[in-house]
Amino acid sequence: MTNSWTDIQNTDLAIIMGGNAAEAHPCGFKWVTEAKANRGAKLIVVDPRFTRSASVADFYAPIRQGTDIAFLLGVISYCMQNDKVQWEYVKAFTNAPYLIKEGFGYADGLFTGYDETKRDYDRSTWNYDIGPDGYVISDDTLQHPRCVWQLLKKHASIFTPELVERICGTPKEKFLKVCEMIGECSSKTKTMTSMYALGWTQHSSGSQNIRTMAMLQLILGNIGVRGGGMNALRGHSNIQGLTDLGLMSNLIPGYLTLPNDNETTLDAYMSTRGFKPLRPEQTSYWQNYKKFFVSFQKAMWGDAATVENNFAYDWLPKLDVSGYDILRAFQLMHEGKVNGYFCQGFNILLSAPNRRKITTALSKLKFLVVMDPLQTETARFWENYGEHNDVDPSQVQTEVIELPVTCFAEETGSLVNSGRWLQWHWQGATPPGEAQHDIWIMAQIFLRLRALYQKEGGAVPEPIVNLDWRYKDPGDPTPEELAKELNGYATEDITDPKDPTKVVIAKGKQLVNFSVLRDDGKTSCGCWIYSGCFNEAGNNMARRDNADPDNAGVFPNWAWSWPLNRRIIYNRASSDVSGNPWDPSRKLLWWNGSKWTGYDVPDIAPDAKPEVVGPFIMNAEGTGRLFTLGQLRDGPFPAHYEPFESPLANIVAPKIRGNPVARIFKNDLDQLGTADEFPYAATSYRLTEHFHFWTKHVRFNAVMQPEFFVEIPEQLAAEKGIKTGHWVQVWSKRGTVKAKAVVSKRINTLICDGKPVHVIGVPLHWAFIGETKEGFGPNSLTPFVGDANTDTPEFKAFLVDIKRISGPDVVTVAEGPNAEEGDFSSLISDTLGDRSRTDF
Amino acid sequence: MAFEFELPPAPNQEVQPEFGQQDLVRRSASSVPTPARKLTEVAKLIDVSKCIGCKACQVACLEWNDRTERIGFNYGVYDDPVDLTAESFTVMRFTEWVNPETRNLEWLIRKDGCMHCEDPGCLKACPSPGAIVQYSNGIVDFDHEKCIGCGYCIKGCPFDIPRLSEVDHKAYKCTLCSDRIAVGQGPACARTCPTHAIVFGTKEEMKQHAAERIKDLQSRGYKNAGLYDPPGVGGTHVMYVLQHADKPEIYAELPKNPKISPIITIWKGLTKYAGMAAMGTFAAVGVLHYLVSGPNEVQPKDEENAKRLAGDR
Repeated sequence: MTNSWTDIQNTDLAIIMGGNAAEAHPCGFKWVTEAKANRGAKLIVVDPRFTRSASVADFYAPIRQGTDIAFLLGVISYCMQNDKVQWEYVKAFTNAPYLIKEGFGYADGLFTGYDETKRDYDRSTWNYDIGPDGYVISDDTLQHPRCVWQLLKKHASIFTPELVERICGTPKEKFLKVCEMIGECSSKTKTMTSMYALGWTQHSSGSQNIRTMAMLQLILGNIGVRGGGMNALRGHSNIQGLTDLGLMSNLIPGYLTLPNDNETTLDAYMSTRGFKPLRPEQTSYWQNYKKFFVSFQKAMWGDAATVENNFAYDWLPKLDVSGYDILRAFQLMHEGKVNGYFCQGFNILLSAPNRRKITTALSKLKFLVVMDPLQTETARFWENYGEHNDVDPSQVQTEVIELPVTCFAEETGSLVNSGRWLQWHWQGATPPGEAQHDIWIMAQIFLRLRALYQKEGGAVPEPIVNLDWRYKDPGDPTPEELAKELNGYATEDITDPKDPTKVVIAKGKQLVNFSVLRDDGKTSCGCWIYSGCFNEAGNNMARRDNADPDNAGVFPNWAWSWPLNRRIIYNRASSDVSGNPWDPSRKLLWWNGSKWTGYDVPDIAPDAKPEVVGPFIMNAEGTGRLFTLGQLRDGPFPAHYEPFESPLANIVAPKIRGNPVARIFKNDLDQLGTADEFPYAATSYRLTEHFHFWTKHVRFNAVMQPEFFVEIPEQLAAEKGIKTGHWVQVWSKRGTVKAKAVVSKRINTLICDGKPVHVIGVPLHWAFIGETKEGFGPNSLTPFVGDANTDTPEFKAFLVDIKRISGPDVVTVAEGPNAEEGDFSSLISDTLGDRSRTDF
Repeated sequence: MAFEFELPPAPNQEVQPEFGQQDLVRRSASSVPTPARKLTEVAKLIDVSKCIGCKACQVACLEWNDRTERIGFNYGVYDDPVDLTAESFTVMRFTEWVNPETRNLEWLIRKDGCMHCEDPGCLKACPSPGAIVQYSNGIVDFDHEKCIGCGYCIKGCPFDIPRLSEVDHKAYKCTLCSDRIAVGQGPACARTCPTHAIVFGTKEEMKQHAAERIKDLQSRGYKNAGLYDPPGVGGTHVMYVLQHADKPEIYAELPKNPKISPIITIWKGLTKYAGMAAMGTFAAVGVLHYLVSGPNEVQPKDEENAKRLAGDR
């Protein structure tokens, strides 16, 4: 989130698109309820299904899954053509006026520089036109044909309401109503908040889905302001923390990147990470990259990371490919190239696409270690559960080791919420049986590995034997010790540059925050963005002061928010060019003549002159990017691409299937279905009654949603002779599932390009162990392809076929309905239909 | 900015939390003395327009009341359990309704359960003394020690709420968490509701809160938004804010004008006295028969017949 959960109460318009907050985040959704009740805020839901969020929305518009970019470019075009633009904001705070290099272009769905064989671009033209002074050339009138504004206007203009309707299936008048409601938020005194989740990320154009909305928010002047922002709703309580700490194959903590294998020296690594300002007098905060990086290396290797060995740069792994994401890892496992797999807090058998491929891949491992508080299907992938896990155990040689771990309530530590708040929590229950904390297990494994390396040497032992392990009990580091390490400390006395006799920070003291980090090895910091969470003032994450000055929704002393306890990032943009709040009733940060002041921690140097320094300090030009240069692989502007499996060809670029730069392995390409064989557009989602695969172990959650089902539109049901409660089979090119049918008006048939598109919904929570009835998950059906930038699997759009089948067993009267096999309609009429007591 | 969920304050101390037998205003099949004091009337307000159907209230109800519900099946709907049971005192009823005026779909989600009628049909139908009681704060509660499992309360309820347990053959329904309210806590469902669609307080406060909500709904185009507090049962202590209060029946057959069945009224009125008169008559006839014919004693012939029958076996 750019903002926070509590800030949503400040909005005038919440748009839930690419998510289902009421269903998947019911507790956070209360802030939408607050905004509606106290500000008269409106709620728009755009979704293929009429969701629980839609049930309390002011306006609902249907959309075909995977067409969000066409929809949003249509909204952008509407705003640009109807003067629904926050002009002052756009001119001063975005890169709209900057000129793009000669030669950049877009045609037939492709930007300049595409290489079909590599499925990649040469992105050299996707850049600014730099003037002789070394800065970007700007046209403040926004008229130059090569300025970002004009390029975007041209790029978006084809998405007329008529074309949006053809592609997305959203009726024109509904689309225009959404445009009108959004357009109102271009006013300086009205803001819109965007709430999204996996409904945007789990697409082959996932990153660009989010980006398109971010661009719209910039055009409306809604970034950095109260009640605005781009707010990613996180599914797991600490998935934000996972990202922050760089638990991805190509990242290190604090959104620093792992070197590539051609960056053999620290100098080579730093040469592309200099971030020289692209406009005069801009902050370009990433210029401090080396301080963050060196401090991280010191946290890893302590005294062994020295100036002489380039702070142990050689000990850091170097990537030979863009990343070892989950899809590539399982592709390699499938090819028999992986010996062992540690599965920690992850039920991969159900979480990765194409379950059959995952089962085959796991079967080729020598060993699999599963660390989880619960029994998982992954740990039992080799066991036969009839049709629900149809494997032959005698053919699986993988040794599976289960290590029971504690769950969140049985441990102390911090969890980072969607709004970047690090909230400390305390152990509330004693772990059952032999369960151990994850930290203890990892420490025990490390100590044994280190002893082996110390004794036997082996290939490159240095990173292991030199790892800094300064914990009181090496076998069981405490959460406090680890948090302090992330915050950082001085490795040597740090003196005042003006007076070397004066010690500013004594050796061993906790750092106040990342502003004091150094690139000379005198500071250690495990994760620069977390610096400040546990300093000499104590554990700031444990703060529980719910005071909220002027009811700004900021709650500055509740827990601690990265970075620097800042609650809304880019908050300097809440004031105009001269530093006066856009909306005096909703002020956040303002210039008092000599410095920035307000409710939040300024996201700019406190004395940075308002007319000079731009609010987007992490960008080298100081402005928000409508044109994103080469940062995303698939284009500096978003482009509409159909999902890899789509009922329609791409109307704007008929030759292109899927996202042209998304990576797809050959064997997976062969497993893609077409609309001829699989005519229905399916999507996957979660239900409020369950949390992923955890709560199927909990009796009452199982009572609330006991059994796997699929949702189908009434029209399709009628065509196929399916009634609600019937058993159906749904299959894709990769697998098949059996489910109860829920026939619903909420998942309506869409008309796209003149043809009906039936959408089938496949929820996620069932499998073969737990309290719930045995069932399946969507990953039995979904394709093995991901987003072009993040490789997040495309779970939200795939093709299937469906037919009615007879149920597995006749349900007895004692257990349920007394009805013909698999037909529960009589029960419905018995219990739900005959309720006319009005004339009792 | 005021937080809406601080209004009304829950638990509300003015609700006179401590209450007991001395506060009964009605007792099934028996009478109670007029209480010395009148408790402030309480109410639970369920705002259907704010409900997201998450069923957290269903779970909270099961948890607090320590019930064990059966894991059922999917019957092609989101309603689970598919109906009220002796374990589940509340269930969400989901209705897909196309508004004929706007032609837009509306997903109406109503939390069903005991309405705690001011004029409780269950209590009036109950033949077991003290099995159903009503306190002066409006709560209608069941005393399972005294329940005889006849099921008359179900027939007497205009909302079809109580359910007989297959285990102990006693009738169960929502208690409005009388045990929580008696110690100053709000009902479990209201306390757990993430969107504050369920709120609890004095009936007066709840009506005021409802009025604000209705104003808000009307400003959003729901011109028939209103409060459901049906006069046919003297008003209820569980009320709904409905987007379409003119059509309560679209909310999974919520009765438009609920009344206690005339059978109950007759049964408890004229029939009761007629029955008692009949019973008195039969008793009198019995006495008269005794006086005239003497006691009915076992004769030797009867013993013989009995022996023969036993021998046959």
